[in-house]
Formats: sequence, C-alpha cells, structure tokens
Amino acid sequence: MSHNVNIDIHHITRVEGHGNIVVDVVNGELRKCDLEVTETPRFFEQMLLGRPYQDASTITSRICGICAVGHATTSLRATEAALGVVPSEQTKLLRRLNFLGEILDSHILHVYMLVAPDFLNVGSVIPLANAAPDVVLRALRMKKLSGDLCKIISGRHTHPIAMTVGGFTHFPTTAELYEMRDRFNDTWADVEATLDLFSTLPIPDFERETEYIALRNEAYYGFIDGDIVSSDGGKWPLHDYKTVTNEKVLPHSSAKHCSNQRDSYMVGALSRYKLNHDLLHPRALQAADVLGLEPSCTNPYMNSVAQVVEIVHCIAEGEKLIDMLLQREVVWEDPVEPTRLSGEGVGSCEVPRGVLFHHYKIEDGRISGANCIIPTNQNVANVEADMRELVPTLMEMPQDDIAHRLEMLVRAYDPCISCSTHLLEVKFE
Amino acid sequence: MSNGPKPKVAFFDFTSCEGCQLTVIDSLQTHPELLEAVDIVEFREAMSEKSDRYYIAFVEGSCVRESDEKRLRDIRERAAIVVALGACAHLGGVNAIRSLHDLEEARQYVYGDKGHWFENYDVKAISQVIDVDAVIPGCPIDRDEFIQVVRTLLQGRDPKLPTYPVCIECKLHENVCIYDRGGVCLGPITRAGCQAICPSYGVGCDGCRGLIPFPKINSLKNVLAERGLSDEEINDKLAIFLTNQIAQFEEMEDSYVS
Repeated sequence: MSHNVNIDIHHITRVEGHGNIVVDVVNGELRKCDLEVTETPRFFEQMLLGRPYQDASTITSRICGICAVGHATTSLRATEAALGVVPSEQTKLLRRLNFLGEILDSHILHVYMLVAPDFLNVGSVIPLANAAPDVVLRALRMKKLSGDLCKIISGRHTHPIAMTVGGFTHFPTTAELYEMRDRFNDTWADVEATLDLFSTLPIPDFERETEYIALRNEAYYGFIDGDIVSSDGGKWPLHDYKTVTNEKVLPHSSAKHCSNQRDSYMVGALSRYKLNHDLLHPRALQAADVLGLEPSCTNPYMNSVAQVVEIVHCIAEGEKLIDMLLQREVVWEDPVEPTRLSGEGVGSCEVPRGVLFHHYKIEDGRISGANCIIPTNQNVANVEADMRELVPTLMEMPQDDIAHRLEMLVRAYDPCISCSTHLLEVKFE
Repeated sequence: MSNGPKPKVAFFDFTSCEGCQLTVIDSLQTHPELLEAVDIVEFREAMSEKSDRYYIAFVEGSCVRESDEKRLRDIRERAAIVVALGACAHLGGVNAIRSLHDLEEARQYVYGDKGHWFENYDVKAISQVIDVDAVIPGCPIDRDEFIQVVRTLLQGRDPKLPTYPVCIECKLHENVCIYDRGGVCLGPITRAGCQAICPSYGVGCDGCRGLIPFPKINSLKNVLAERGLSDEEINDKLAIFLTNQIAQFEEMEDSYVS
C-alpha cells in the first residue's frame, strides 16, 4: 500500500490544448490535486473590441479548431440578439444540420481517436491503425461524412465560411442534399459497429454526484438556443447566464472556475443526456440501453458513452433535417439585416463539450464589450472535485496506474483547452 | 519508399486553435498512405508517445512568450526540416490582432487584477525566432496542399507556393467577383493555393495565406476607398490576418510601385 503518491503529468496528451495533472499525497494525506491549465492566454474578448460586428464570428471561430462551427454559431446568435435579427426558418434548419456535423466530427475524434486507445491498450491512434485498421478506417469514414456535411453548408468545418449574421452566403444544392441523405443512410452499419465496440469497453467504476447543467429547448434535443437548466432544479433565460456560471479566478488553479448551486458543476454530453434524454431520437435511446447508460448515471467516465449516444442521435436527426430541407427546397435567401446597430445580446449553444456563452455589447455597429464562457472552464472545478474523491480510492494501485486513471478521467471530460480563453498560466511553488 | 527506416515526423503546438493539426488528421481520410510513408513520432493532440530527433517538425501556433522561444529553438536543434503549419505560425494569425491593443489593457480587460500572472509579449510568427524551411499557409491549412508539401519534402525538394494572387484561382472557378457582388475582398494581394475557397462560398478573402511577393497594398486601399470604406474600415479588414505583414510591406511598396 502506498502512502506517498506524487504525480506530475506535464502536458496531458490526447486532449486539445495544454494542461497538467498534479497530485501530491504525503503519508496518506491528499495535499494537492490540481488540473493545471498551461495554455497561453489568447485575449479573444479584447481582440473583438472596436471591431465591426460582422467580424465577430470570423474571429471567434478561431478560438477552437474542433468546435469552430459552435463558436461561430454562438457568436452569430449573440450578435443577432444584440441587433434584433430574427433568422429565417431555412437558416435555422441549415444551422441545426451544420451543427450536427460538428458534434459528430468532434465526438468521433474523441471517442475513437483519443479515448478508445486507453481501452485497447495502445498508446494512441497511430499504433491502433496497425493493430485494428478497420476501427480507425471506420472512424475516418464517419469523420469524413461529418466534415463533408459541414462543407456543403458552410464551406468547411474548420473554420466555417458561409455563416453570417442573419443567414448564409452559400446554399447546398438539392443534389448535394440527396447525396448526403444517401450517405447518412449508408452510415448505419458503421453506427452499429460503433455501438458493438463501445458496449464492450470496460468503463471504470466511479460515482460522484454533482450538479449537471445544460441547455434545454422543448422542441428538440440540443444544440442551438434554449434555457439553462440544472439537475438541482432551476431554469434560467440565457441573458441570466452569469448567475449560473459565477466565474472566479482562484489562486490555486490556472483556470477561472465556475460554480452554481454547489462547489462545482458538470457540462457536456452526460449533462445534456441527463437533462434532455426524453428528447432523444428513439434509436439513440435504444443505443443508451445497449451501452448501459441511464439518466441516473453519475459516473463522469460515462461522458464518453453519452457522446456515443449523441453520435447515434446526430445520424438519425441529420436524416430527418435533410428530409425537411429537401421537402421545403432550399432557396437562395439574402441574410436578414439588423434592425438596429447598437444593443447587447447573449448567444448560447451546446457545443460538443458543453454549454458555451458569447455575450456582446455593440455600439454603432462596433463591438464595445465581449465575454465568452467556455465549457472546459465550467468543468475544471468539477474535474478537480472528482480527482479529490477518486485518488483516495486508488491508493492500492501502482502510481503509474493511478496517473493513467486520472488522465482517463480528464480525457473523459474531453477538455478543449485552447478554447478556454480565460485560462491562465500560473507558476506553482 | 525505400526499405530503410521511415523518416520521423513530429507535430508541435504553440498558441493556436489546433485546427491545422485537426486538418492533418482529416487529410488521412483521403490519404491514409501518409502513415505508410512516415513515422509520426510526436503529436500531442493525438498521441502519447515521444521522440527526440525528427526529419520534419511541423509547428502550429504563434510565439507569444519567452518560454516559447526556448521551446522553438529546442525543436529547431532536433529537426532537419522545420515547417510553419498554418497562419498562426506563418504570420502570427488572428493572435496578432492583439498586438494592435495595449498589452496591459488586454490583460486587465480579460483577467482583471490577475493580469500580472502572464509573461506574454507581442505575438510573433515563428520565423521571427528560428529559421523556417517551409511554410504551409492558411487558416486553416488546405489538406491537399499539406499532402503536396509533405510529398515534396520527402522527395528531398523544396516545396513551391503559388506566387500569384487568389484572384487567379477565383477566375478559374468562374466565381462572380466579390466586388461585383457589393463585397470587399483581399484576393488581389493574397497568395493563392486555397482554390479561392472563401469567395467560392460567397465571402471576401481575409488574407489568411499572407501576401503575394509584390502586393500592391496602396492600390487596393484606393479601390476600397472608392467603394466607400473609411480608413478605419480598411485597416480593420487588413488586420484580421495581416497585422504583422502589412506595415513591413507598405514601406517596401513605395520602392517598387512607381
């Protein structure tokens, strides 16, 4: 039995951005248990100051290569709220469909290329490509489908081009939509194989109940707009987001932390599933059954499993949205013009890693104030709370195994550290 | 490929969105043979393994602090070829917009009284710190161009980037000119190679691939002014990706535009 544990994982791999795990146990007493975030600060909010409102989505999509569509959409919703723009039904449908492409792309990257190697006992996706080429080729095939979906709507996934305030500057053709519809239909074999793979992976047992927060939109499951809801009860309109996030800078942590009704809360696929599972497509609900995911789940490692459930949902929902667009026929629409050039607005979306907020003040067409709150920031305090409870239960294990188990925990949250524009670097001791 | 050991290739990230590395992963969708040709020894975003010598080191992201310079020099020493991957490494990228603002102001605006926790300085392209052998421009990089550059480097040749502007590719795509659609576009001064993707999707070029060798910036500014843009609006347009390059080229331009 080990009474002293000293773990210092410098730059956790297979996550987006730079972070460290530092754990220090002396004589059985947990002295330190931190997720340090060492990504350099990027000052995106400040970059926006004084710029024309039209630039906001172009610039903020560059916060993150993986959730570029999510940032662009959230940015556009904030600007539209500020300037009194109500997009057309067609714009809403195209944005929803585009968003599914991003959720799929990000979740497939995460569960197949970043998480699965932990369970298949390989260091990364590169040796996995040798050991199980069919698994990697399937992931690449599904990723290509999601990227191609974003391509016909917004030009590309990283970084979308045709999305603008009030609408789009380019539209998919009927032929492109038909082809995409066929490819979605053909993907079900890969979806089934994905379920087969992930239903066999041994997810670590670890339960810790926390507060779960997500957007909820009564009309459909995710991912654009809605109210903020909590598993502890409570429902807030988007413009009250600060009463939920309560961002603060803590000296022991390199990231701004968030808390609502407890010391920390969790956002992401597991929170969305817990708070919105009644809105999932029936095939996604079946997938949850197969994977052993239940709404009462409090195991953070199951976040990756909730992502697999969302992959199923996105394929089914994508088919539905393409059918709706084909039925109504996509027509060329000029973007809706702002009704005013000054105002203040909040936009919010459920990006792959959880709820994202953009908040802008615009004066005479130029941005005079900006705030972005990113899912990973909201999760950092919760990851640390998990680690504090998890480490004492692992003390019988060799130190390397403890370190690996902690890395897997951090990875399960799918942190997107470059995204976290608020994150700081702090020198420790 | 020969039967000898495969060339070792590594990817490193500095201040960026990591979207270019993501584009590298996506390029495997159409070019899985890349994995046959090289041995990827370091790629933190995607893998845990590490190495210490590389034939090609791809560097994504801008240099924004002293400690980045040390890391860059270390990569330079261990790599036969260093490639700047994407606009952040090549030009400073959107990160360079920050250089237009006072740094103290930026720290305070985003982080309040905790601003002094940083060691940031004005954003640099990596070529301002180390010698760079090749550039793959763009925000993000173009998948096909990435594959092309890797192929060329593995053949022991220097990759050549187009020296003509985006307008040439835009014409070849038979797009209606963005100016004729009432928009604003930096295509005339921006290096081609992206297949004019932004104008093809209805949006003017923002210059993410950097300037062509002899850009006529002042002429373009005159065109923009004729379209009714104020000096401030013109500078905003030029300052999305080209902040670091513009000043330097404007001085040069006087010497070659008579």
